[in-house]
Amino acid sequence: MTREETENRGEDMVIDVPQTTNPKTKIENPDEFNVHYLRIYYGNMFPYTDIHKWLSYGHDGKHPGCDEYYFGRREFSFTLENDVYLRYKSFKNASAMEDAIKGSFPYKIDIGAVYSVDPDKRHAYAQTGTNVFTPVERELVFDIDITDYDDVRYCCSGADVCSRCWPLMTVAIKVIDTSLREDFGFKHILWVFSGRRGVHCWVCDAKARRLTNEQRSAVAEYFRVYKGNENNARKVALMGHSLHPFLARSYGDFLQKFFERDLQATQSIFSSKEKYEKILEMISDEDIQSELREKWENSARSSLSEEDISRTRWEQLKSTLQSKKQKSAFSLMNLKIPVLLSFNLVSNVPGSNAAEVSKQMNHLLKAPFCVHPKTGRVCVPIDPNNCDEFDPLAVPTLPQLIEEINSGGSKMDVDDDVSERNLLGRSIKFFRSSFLEPLLKSCKEEIESSYNTKIEKSKDSFSW
Amino acid sequence: MEVHRPQKRASSSDVVSNATIPLYLTAPPMEVRLEEFELFAIDRLRVLKAVSDGLARGKNPKEMDNLVDNSWKEHMTVPDVSEMFNKDIISHFVLRLVYCRSDELKKWFLSMETALFRHRFRLQKPESLKEKLRQVERSLGQNSPDIEPIYYKVPFEEVPDLVAGRRVFIQKGYAFVAGSQLVSLVVTQFRSHLSKALILTNRKWTTTIREREKDRLTPIVEGLSTSYLGPDYSQSNEYADISLKDIDQVAKSSFPLCMRHLFEKLREDHHLKHGGRMQLGLFLKGVGLKLDDALAFWRAEFTKKVGSERFDKEYAYSIRHNYGKEGKRTDYTPYACQKIISSAPGVGDHHGCPYRHFSEDNLRAALGRMGLSSRGMEDVMDKVRNKHYQLACTLTFEAVYGTSCDAGINHPNQYFEESQKILKSKTPTAPV
Ligand code: SF4
Ligand SMILES: [Zn+2]
Repeated sequence: MTREETENRGEDMVIDVPQTTNPKTKIENPDEFNVHYLRIYYGNMFPYTDIHKWLSYGHDGKHPGCDEYYFGRREFSFTLENDVYLRYKSFKNASAMEDAIKGSFPYKIDIGAVYSVDPDKRHAYAQTGTNVFTPVERELVFDIDITDYDDVRYCCSGADVCSRCWPLMTVAIKVIDTSLREDFGFKHILWVFSGRRGVHCWVCDAKARRLTNEQRSAVAEYFRVYKGNENNARKVALMGHSLHPFLARSYGDFLQKFFERDLQATQSIFSSKEKYEKILEMISDEDIQSELREKWENSARSSLSEEDISRTRWEQLKSTLQSKKQKSAFSLMNLKIPVLLSFNLVSNVPGSNAAEVSKQMNHLLKAPFCVHPKTGRVCVPIDPNNCDEFDPLAVPTLPQLIEEINSGGSKMDVDDDVSERNLLGRSIKFFRSSFLEPLLKSCKEEIESSYNTKIEKSKDSFSW
Repeated sequence: MEVHRPQKRASSSDVVSNATIPLYLTAPPMEVRLEEFELFAIDRLRVLKAVSDGLARGKNPKEMDNLVDNSWKEHMTVPDVSEMFNKDIISHFVLRLVYCRSDELKKWFLSMETALFRHRFRLQKPESLKEKLRQVERSLGQNSPDIEPIYYKVPFEEVPDLVAGRRVFIQKGYAFVAGSQLVSLVVTQFRSHLSKALILTNRKWTTTIREREKDRLTPIVEGLSTSYLGPDYSQSNEYADISLKDIDQVAKSSFPLCMRHLFEKLREDHHLKHGGRMQLGLFLKGVGLKLDDALAFWRAEFTKKVGSERFDKEYAYSIRHNYGKEGKRTDYTPYACQKIISSAPGVGDHHGCPYRHFSEDNLRAALGRMGLSSRGMEDVMDKVRNKHYQLACTLTFEAVYGTSCDAGINHPNQYFEESQKILKSKTPTAPV
């Protein structure tokens, strides 16, 4: 009996978010994270077979329609201990990948595109003159970083995250995940913690992997509300008289509640001049801007709490926009501003830098189950259906994982048995049951059906 | 398509003779005269450059329609309809050869041709016909002018531009495209077809055409992608006639940033390296500085540093050379922006285009000295960040002189002349 079959029996699909570790234990100290831990991790714990299965997309050689060179044309890149960066590595199979990783214990492993030819041998092909080395498939990926939300994040700065600002990430996951499934019809979506302050999203449907760069950026643009860049004041885009269904749903289902309740409580985004100016800047109507500014500047002294001041001002903003309704020819548009503002602030999905990743086929992104070299945390999958429970500070670090194995005496051999009692084990289990198995099932179906069509076609050509 | 030298063109009466937009699926079997090969391509290139300029300026679709309409009429229209159709086809296929030769060229050509196609397609929709159809509808009592009754359900990948602008409803991977948005579907097909075709053209070019045509078409093809299409500024004209005594004043009022910088550096250091001498020297020739004045001008500065003997020995020659008085006596033409922007100034060099070659801080300071407001400055810097250097220069021009410059800046001498035109019209009887 194969392993998948074993696990399929009676498994429920709910992820257990590891919570047994003490969230206070951070290892920012690079001394604690060293090649010694990586040796143990990549030696015994890293799920090589799962990664290989995933990236083979059903091309396992068992079906005559399989492309047995598929995995071998995938680019990997390694970042080694001394910042040496190796691109265009490729591996024939799982054990070649395992050997290479165990041979150098990379600090970081990135996954790139599937190319037309084996990336490792691209020079050989280049000699032939024709331009054949080119990316042909690549998951649609998004890289969301907490710093994309710095306009509304006052609890932490830079790379830090805490339980007050992480929910910004959570709501972004919900908005994007829902749209990718409902609007774009994608099914095989993997969310992964980046190990420190962000999340990565891998959309793995066959259709997603074959999108052109132009189509990729169309998807990224679909999520974007404001135009402009960090050096230009970002104005909320106002067009038309009502909201696009995507915006309306995102606002109604997630953003409004989050914006008005949670965000006001954790960040009080209107409470001081410094804070509200950033938001006023986004309103393109200068009259409204100055009217509100005046109101707020004069109401500076108050006995209310920061949170209450902030809430009051948000209500004032909304009613000011409403009152303009009569005077302005663009009245209906004003009603949209609150919606768009909150969208802009809370879910400016592919922030200025993140967008690039999703737009280019040959971009690289850190592999799931890697270890973040600064924090030592493992890049574990996140369940989008239970992402509220995910706590980035509770994700196990390597020393903790290893400690756990040593003390608990739990047998940690991924390839034979994934222990439920183990933090990493639960993540791997979730990866398999909720992502890998359904994915492989549909890949097999696709291979089967395209093989059959081919057979049919060749029959046709004989008869003609 | 075959290229021939003969004067007479084989008749092409079999070509559809109305103003249709071709999809350029195959190169037509027709003979092309060698002159037309190049001339047609240049005309089309002017249209594509106008499109690229319009897009970079962020013109909206309606404005782009007009721009395409005007520029097509100006450059591509010929009286005979079938001739025009031929010109359209020939120029397109010539430019395919020109722009298949690198990824960057391909990318540019693909976006510009696609945009051109899109707007020509949109322009085709005859408004009058639509109005008539409405009338019929109304006469039947079906008064529903704003409702698009038919939607096409297509995979979202086929209408990326509609998806990007959230201009369609998408559900489970399918976009619902209204009849009026069909252009988007056609454009996507056009684009993907052209993209594949360019790869094939590239293969043919590298494997056979380049070698086979090395004495005839290859030089033309290779020259076209970098050709400067504006007027010739090697001869001075009405607005270009400056003399030594007002050169400082004119430099302040009418030089583009690149020349202003060289001019100031020369006054400051009394020296310029070769690249700078060429760029400024030829420009000055173009604005009408006579050879004698030019010699006097350079001498006055250089002798402060190197002495007059060395000036005569080492530098005077090349100035005379620029004016075609030495050596091969060829007339050197002033550099166009494209050439200046693509130059690579090293340490101690002051030539090049400031929008491209200055650091952000230096550029901001220089723009400040030209009197740009902070608003104007941000607009310019935004173009710079997007690598639209000529457009940045155009916006500077517009900010400094307070008028629009729709043609865009393509040549420092053009900048100069446009500026003089404006200044002279403001002070009609300028006392000398
Ligand atoms: S764009 Fe042209 S005219 Fe303007 S500064 Fe650059 S090179 Fe000079
Ligand atoms: Zn925080």
